[in-house]
Amino acid sequence: MNVRRLIGFNLLTAVVLGVVGFYAGWWLGHQITGKSIAYFSDTNQNDIALFVAYLVGVIGFLVGLGFANYPVQRLLGKPPSLREKEQHGVRRYFGLCTDHKVVGIQYLLGIGAFIFVGGLNAMLIRFELMRPAHLVWNGNNYLTLVGVHGTMMMGMMTSGILGPFANYLVPLMIGSRRMAFPRIEALTFWLLMAAGTILMTTFAFGGFPTGWTGYAPLSEQANLGIDAYIAFFALVGVSMMLLGLNMLATVITMRAPGMTWGRLPIFVWATVSTSVLMLLAAPVLISTLLMLALDRTAQTGFFNDQTGGSSYLYENLFWFFGHPEVYILAIPGMGILLEILPVFSRKPLWGYRLAVTGMLGIAILSFLVWQHHLFMSGINADLRPFYMLSTEIISLPTGFIFICALGTLWKGRIRATVPMLFCLAWLFNFLIGGLTGVFLSDVPSDVTTHGSFFSMAHFHYTIMGGLLFAFFAGIYYWVPKMTGYNFNERLGKVHFWIMFLAFNSTFGPLLVIGFLGMPRRVVTYAGYLQGANDWVSVSAFVLGGSMLIFLANIIWSQVFARVPTGMNPWGSKSIEWQLPSPVPVHNFDRIPTFGSDPYPYGDNAGSNLAQRPIVAPARPTP
Amino acid sequence: MWSKSNSHGRRIAAITVIGTAIVLPLVIFVLGPNMPPGKATQVARGQVTDNTVLLVVMTPFTVFILGYLGYAIWAFRAPKGETELRDGAPIRGHMPSQIAWLATTTVAVLFLAIFGTTELLANNGAGSGSGPNPVSKPSGQVLPVQVIGQQWEFTYRYPTYGGVETAQLVLPVGQEVAFHVTSLDAVHSFWAYELGVKADANPGVDNIAYVKPAKVGTFQIRCAELCGLWHGYMFDTGRIVSTSDFKTWIAGERTAFAGIMKYLPKYSTSYSPDPPYRAG
Repeated sequence: MNVRRLIGFNLLTAVVLGVVGFYAGWWLGHQITGKSIAYFSDTNQNDIALFVAYLVGVIGFLVGLGFANYPVQRLLGKPPSLREKEQHGVRRYFGLCTDHKVVGIQYLLGIGAFIFVGGLNAMLIRFELMRPAHLVWNGNNYLTLVGVHGTMMMGMMTSGILGPFANYLVPLMIGSRRMAFPRIEALTFWLLMAAGTILMTTFAFGGFPTGWTGYAPLSEQANLGIDAYIAFFALVGVSMMLLGLNMLATVITMRAPGMTWGRLPIFVWATVSTSVLMLLAAPVLISTLLMLALDRTAQTGFFNDQTGGSSYLYENLFWFFGHPEVYILAIPGMGILLEILPVFSRKPLWGYRLAVTGMLGIAILSFLVWQHHLFMSGINADLRPFYMLSTEIISLPTGFIFICALGTLWKGRIRATVPMLFCLAWLFNFLIGGLTGVFLSDVPSDVTTHGSFFSMAHFHYTIMGGLLFAFFAGIYYWVPKMTGYNFNERLGKVHFWIMFLAFNSTFGPLLVIGFLGMPRRVVTYAGYLQGANDWVSVSAFVLGGSMLIFLANIIWSQVFARVPTGMNPWGSKSIEWQLPSPVPVHNFDRIPTFGSDPYPYGDNAGSNLAQRPIVAPARPTP
Repeated sequence: MWSKSNSHGRRIAAITVIGTAIVLPLVIFVLGPNMPPGKATQVARGQVTDNTVLLVVMTPFTVFILGYLGYAIWAFRAPKGETELRDGAPIRGHMPSQIAWLATTTVAVLFLAIFGTTELLANNGAGSGSGPNPVSKPSGQVLPVQVIGQQWEFTYRYPTYGGVETAQLVLPVGQEVAFHVTSLDAVHSFWAYELGVKADANPGVDNIAYVKPAKVGTFQIRCAELCGLWHGYMFDTGRIVSTSDFKTWIAGERTAFAGIMKYLPKYSTSYSPDPPYRAG
């Protein structure tokens, strides 16, 4: 290999500059503040140095990737290099690339890797819980595992579907060659990778004890490790905000002729609803974490009772972001569900307008329910009936999604392909997730369930049972389009059945364990719950093992077997399946014109395109 | 699905009705009485009723959706070995069933909200942390007990008994109790499982929850809000005893802690200790 090729703006340079920047920032921070800060702390911990180190490190990483080239050249009045558009081959997946399809695949691999780390943490947590008393992890390590698991999953999966699938598919589905802001699109991905790496550094600074919620004042007492949490989530917030902005701008401005709002694929509507939430909720998260960082460094005391602040302030601000956040996770899953069900039922989407209303309704209502997380906290007790009502009303738009899914199955010709199995499992899991949510929305019932394993199992049913199952449905459905190679269907079905059964065998009993009085995030529990916890742990290991089958399937089918997908293996009528697999660099030879929504099943129409073909056949892909 | 001359719709309706008729009695008479948190107090009893009512409302929806899903997967499956792709009927919606679904779910949701509010304003929400000025207060004489969350244990002060602070929670049976929950450091949550009580302990806040123990026995106390390193070890067992036993016990505690009492701060609805030092 030519060594000279390694020099330039690429991932290697980025990592080197990132590490150099981190240490430079660490040194600079100590120069600003002196060797140690005496106030508030009896230790030699310097939060300012660590925050500066993270900041300079991230800037170094982005400069190394080449994000500064374009603005700097424009500032100097020189013609900007468009080098990032011209990369070919495998190299473009390991650097700044503004092709929306490359960014989508980067997201899939990058987020997949971090989810794998988060899943490993879950395995370690379940291992500890096989005994009621101490087994392997001490209190601090256990809480760090819990915190990193929760934070990694909640942070990374915000873009878990929008990152890979919306970046890849939305431009195709609306008939565009690119996103509105391609450089920002690449930036959202690399910010997320920098953030994930920062979260992993928490292990080097002693971890953090707060879980993913980071409640103050516990997070203000915590050691240096919590700074990784703050930097991670703030960067995820920036990435989320930019992603939402980019998606909205793309869908609003870049639709091809004939792609009216009433013809948008339902997945694009889900993307729009989620993007609105991201754009409006993420700034609250960023500012909350900024306040927390100021409390830890500049001694502002926003959240500390003894210095005139309030722990309620943090809880309110966090959940004002945090509740929209869980719908940022849920709505894209609904989009994938309703996008895939018509294909394998051979039916148009049933109740298109109802589904759109449902998604937008969820998006709006989700800003009005956050204090149900504070039912037991004693704040605004008189407002609890309102939050009870708003929380229960949000089940109406969620019900729309269900009735649209059920209606789509009606008199269809259902084919049990792997993506379809994941979608049907979504309906089962999300039903349980929704029903268990009713207990948490009702104040008298919430007395038992709040903060217990019941609520933990509830949100795993909605997020893992909803989002992750939809994520896998999307992978089995669309990755053959991205790579051009089919998955092994038998391995896929084995993966599905083990995952589905193990998932329910893990989280079903956890609902009962919560009802029996086991709180979340504890390292010890009552002895009589050991049998149930052991059952759950073993199921969780099987659940983790099913991911290895999935990995084996990826490696076998995409590296060794390599069965070509062909243009349209599923018989879908949506535009992305009228293109070659993988999709050529410039998507279409000419911009398509749309004649209907992408569900003209039973209408004798081949696709939703008004004119064909949009790509000359057998065009070699560069 | 309610369209005419349609045997699928009738079958699904039959599955829903028969399924609900089978499941509902099981929910009411078998599952319901065993719902948490038990019958140790009036408040807990009310929560069991609430949990049962929620289950009853959910049952027909669950049976309908699962029944429909199972039926659809079986009845509408593509014939085995069908290689040629054939489309289903181009049905893009059905206004009557959409309206029926919207109406049914709206009625259920409004019922749940109204029912929940009524129960909250009646006694059943009393076990939840209701802030410094709860809307509904019990009538009659109330025994105040302050619960102080601190890293990592709960201590209890009895202001009507000279403000004595103990490490154990003992309550007299049949006496209305007002828990005043507060914290000295991080956010904790006082969860007395069998009593049906959960109230967050926030620094500088007096969070009140009412409960009336109905029978003599013990109950589990756990911290239900992540509060740091030893959160998992922050548990305790409380006791409900007869009034005379309680009088004896509290008198004993007052003697035992008399020497320490003069170093304690005066009883207050909340305390403001020095800012905390960094700790795990």
